[in-house]
Amino acid sequence: MIRSSDEPVLTARGLCKTFRGHLSVGRTQVLRGLDLTVYPGEIYGFIGANGAGKTTTIKILAGLIHPNAGEFRLLGYDGADPRSRRGLGFLPEHPNFPGYLSGREFLDFQARLVGLDRGRRRRDVGRLLDEVGMAGRADTPLRKCSKGMLQRLGIAQALLGDPVLLILDEPMSGLDPAGRRDLRDLILAQPARGTTVFFSSHILSDAEVLCDRVGILREGRLALEGSLDTILGPGAAAWDVTATRASGLNAGSGTTAISRQDDRVLFRVEGEAALADLLDRLRAAGAGLHSVTPRRLTLEERFLDLEEQGTRARHEERAP
Amino acid sequence: MRMAMAVAVMTFREAVRDRILYLLLAFALVMIATARFLALLTVGSEARIVADTGMAAIAFFGVLTAIFVGVSLITKEIEQRTAYTVLARPMTRGTFVLGKYLGLLMTLWVNAAVMSLGFVLLLALRGDPILPVLPALWLTAMELAVVTALALFFSALATSSILGILFTLGLYVAGHLVWSFPLLASRLGPGWGTRVVMAVYYVLPNLDRFNVRAAVIHGDAIPLEFIALQTAYGMGWAILLILAASLAFSRRDLT
Repeated sequence: MIRSSDEPVLTARGLCKTFRGHLSVGRTQVLRGLDLTVYPGEIYGFIGANGAGKTTTIKILAGLIHPNAGEFRLLGYDGADPRSRRGLGFLPEHPNFPGYLSGREFLDFQARLVGLDRGRRRRDVGRLLDEVGMAGRADTPLRKCSKGMLQRLGIAQALLGDPVLLILDEPMSGLDPAGRRDLRDLILAQPARGTTVFFSSHILSDAEVLCDRVGILREGRLALEGSLDTILGPGAAAWDVTATRASGLNAGSGTTAISRQDDRVLFRVEGEAALADLLDRLRAAGAGLHSVTPRRLTLEERFLDLEEQGTRARHEERAP
Repeated sequence: MRMAMAVAVMTFREAVRDRILYLLLAFALVMIATARFLALLTVGSEARIVADTGMAAIAFFGVLTAIFVGVSLITKEIEQRTAYTVLARPMTRGTFVLGKYLGLLMTLWVNAAVMSLGFVLLLALRGDPILPVLPALWLTAMELAVVTALALFFSALATSSILGILFTLGLYVAGHLVWSFPLLASRLGPGWGTRVVMAVYYVLPNLDRFNVRAAVIHGDAIPLEFIALQTAYGMGWAILLILAASLAFSRRDLT
């Protein structure tokens, strides 16, 4: 259960990052004052278009990049303090590991860095290899492994030592459909283990299935943040109704027949009153009811809407 | 320290699995073994030639490996993104640099030990004295500690391995010529030129102080105090360079 009264596991205030070009020529401002708050036990989706600054943010949180301004705290410590990364499991984007090691050797090395003793290393490495579906290839040199296999191994190393906070950069990338399903299940199981998950993605359907809350990053700032209900609206405002033997039916206001095939008609209905009215009409006409599907705004629609608004605002700024 | 050791062991393991290292080692051993054929070209000083070639081969191949492997040690980890999951663990950048340094030094010392063993075996077979060459071998190991730290410093600083190799090679050569700087300054006479030359003289490590091979071959005894002093000198430089490398790497963004 997420309680906003709990101390956050991750906070960032006013993070800014500008990259300088070669020989300090040219500047690219990636983050422009990013604020983030992630509470214990939640699954937080960090969403944004390519180049929005997702990976830069995650690299700052993992201690790989230094922000130019702003501060962040992880697990109760200042982000500049290496202790803030105790209890952190991190998966970088497109992970790559030393090719001369096997998966088992690599995980053992990472488990040493986590500080696990020999017995626990052996036990946990074996369990995690199994959990990510790499048990059969555990002793293959990593240079012979596919991108998907490296991704699975990356997830396994992030889970070593039962982390309190998992930060995953595009975790679904490179995985086949079965791998994605497994990872979805794995992420969904984390809050019950006491692990908070913060992950970036540009695959919005994944975020929609997994997240308690999402933050949408646009031009280096959070453009929108909240639970899916807040962002997409609490429930359905429209329904798709499929009816049979309804070709002659006269639909009332708020209802549009959007496709007809033989005697099957698909109606789009706006509002609860119109839905009740359509159902009455169908019953009266002796039509068969095939399905009633609530239509909810998808995250993708909301995201694209936001992108469009941003583009429009920019155009208006340029041409007053 | 636990994390630095884990990184060191992994660095050692990487080097041990690199075939190029074996090739260099084999080449050096062949060179040491064939030193006596070189000796055939001269008259009367066979023992000297064998000793000189053997000691020089150990130093040369050691330094070569230190520079070429050392310079790519950190650069490669960033380019290939293999350092990301390691540095996201609760360790400082300094710990990572120290681990990398110790791992490579361990590799180079094991390598030098294998070469030295071959060399000493050859001397024993020929019935040549072994004891006098030991100080030279020890000081070569100390020089390797400094050159490895130098290579690692440039690896932490430079974004390309080629630049790193050029800088390290440049400083290695300069470090062996440092002894001539006061001579140059005296020729220049008083003025800015002298000040610059002397400033460089004091800033650079004097690597030639680790080379006692000529003295060994001439049969001069190397005093124990000198060996101790040089060991401290080498350690001091290595620590200084590792600290500088840590500082440079701490500021770096891994993009």
